[in-house]
Amino acid sequence: MDATHAHGGGGSLDALVVFVAVVAVACYLGGVAGSRRRGRDWPVSRTVLWCAGIAAGAAAAAGPLAAAAHESFTAHMWAHLLGGMAAPLLMVLAAPVTLALRTLDVTPARRLSRLLRSAPARFLSHPIPAAVINAGGLWLIYLTPLFDAMRTQPLVHVLVHAHLVAAGYLFLAAVIGLDPRPHPPGRVLTSIVLVATMASHGILAKYLYANPPAGLDVLDVRAGAQLMYYTGAWVEAVTIVIFCAQWYRATGVTSRASRPAGTRLERA
Amino acid sequence: MSAPTTRSTRSAQNLWSGVLFGVGLIAFIDEAVFHQLLHWHHFYDLSTPAMGLVSDGIFHAVSWFATIAGLFLLADLRRHDALHWRRWTGGVLLGAGVFQLYDGTVHHKVFGIHEIRYVEDVFVYDLVWNLAAAAMIVAGAVLVHLTRSTAPVRVASSVR
Repeated sequence: MDATHAHGGGGSLDALVVFVAVVAVACYLGGVAGSRRRGRDWPVSRTVLWCAGIAAGAAAAAGPLAAAAHESFTAHMWAHLLGGMAAPLLMVLAAPVTLALRTLDVTPARRLSRLLRSAPARFLSHPIPAAVINAGGLWLIYLTPLFDAMRTQPLVHVLVHAHLVAAGYLFLAAVIGLDPRPHPPGRVLTSIVLVATMASHGILAKYLYANPPAGLDVLDVRAGAQLMYYTGAWVEAVTIVIFCAQWYRATGVTSRASRPAGTRLERA
Repeated sequence: MSAPTTRSTRSAQNLWSGVLFGVGLIAFIDEAVFHQLLHWHHFYDLSTPAMGLVSDGIFHAVSWFATIAGLFLLADLRRHDALHWRRWTGGVLLGAGVFQLYDGTVHHKVFGIHEIRYVEDVFVYDLVWNLAAAAMIVAGAVLVHLTRSTAPVRVASSVR
């Protein structure tokens, strides 16, 4: 493959990715400042998570790792793990929608909450469609000509990574999202969808191990596939811990509320 | 609320917490010891049919989820003072045994995802593997039976 060509076309795209990342961080910091001004503190940890998430997403789509991903499948897989799994996880934990609803003026805040309650948004934020978009998109990337196009055309590369970050965010927001939701899905259903999505990821990793995309070094693909399988599993483990911890906390509240009144007085 | 009452009402949760953790534990040992440390198992044999790949992927995901969910159920039992260690241990053995037997028969033999070890007489390995699984199932089943909620409670005084 012609590396200079890819790099030449990628220069301005790199700048675009960095610009989008800077805007995303600036908006968030603006929201934090606005929240402070109104006398409501915003956890520093969430701000750190947001910045780290945006940085991870940007590093997957632009810069040295993205450039290396055109040549090496292992580097590509690091970009996938960083952009499609780590970045969305960090961003979801930063609760950007809560921050927006808190700091926007009344009219845009209402507009945003109306948008989130609209039928398409509710459909997309349900765990099943979100999982299909997230996991299904991944199969499409690797099993269609999209994969070759991504490696040779910088614009496709950036668009695919934008999709990975967005689809990852959509899925994790549906499963462990902190932002308020009018109709939260059932936890048992969410567990099943989470397990199915993880299974799909593991199956795809082993499928790639056995069926390397044409034109790639077999050993490189096998190393990348194992990276996808094992490192991906650790990101998934973090997701499961957060999911179970939320469930654990919620049932604790319920059983405390259902206790006889006398035992609750100390809390009030 | 007395401890024995809580225990009998959460008998099923004690069992399930153990089973889930057992499934996760044995899968973790399989992955850490046989795949990563000993390198006996292959990542997967290239002749594996699609069904084997799907089954393997689902079991990998289920075992991850089960380990963590099982431990959260254990924490929930502890905070409600309803943990019954013997019943929980029975569940662990049962979950681990069933998973190991499934892995040793369906995954290794029917789907051929990989062998236990790539040697001449793999039969010996298969035998030890599946007998160990059967032993865990029997031990687990005995413990679960002895600690069933209708069994006479003799251990009530040992709580706390």
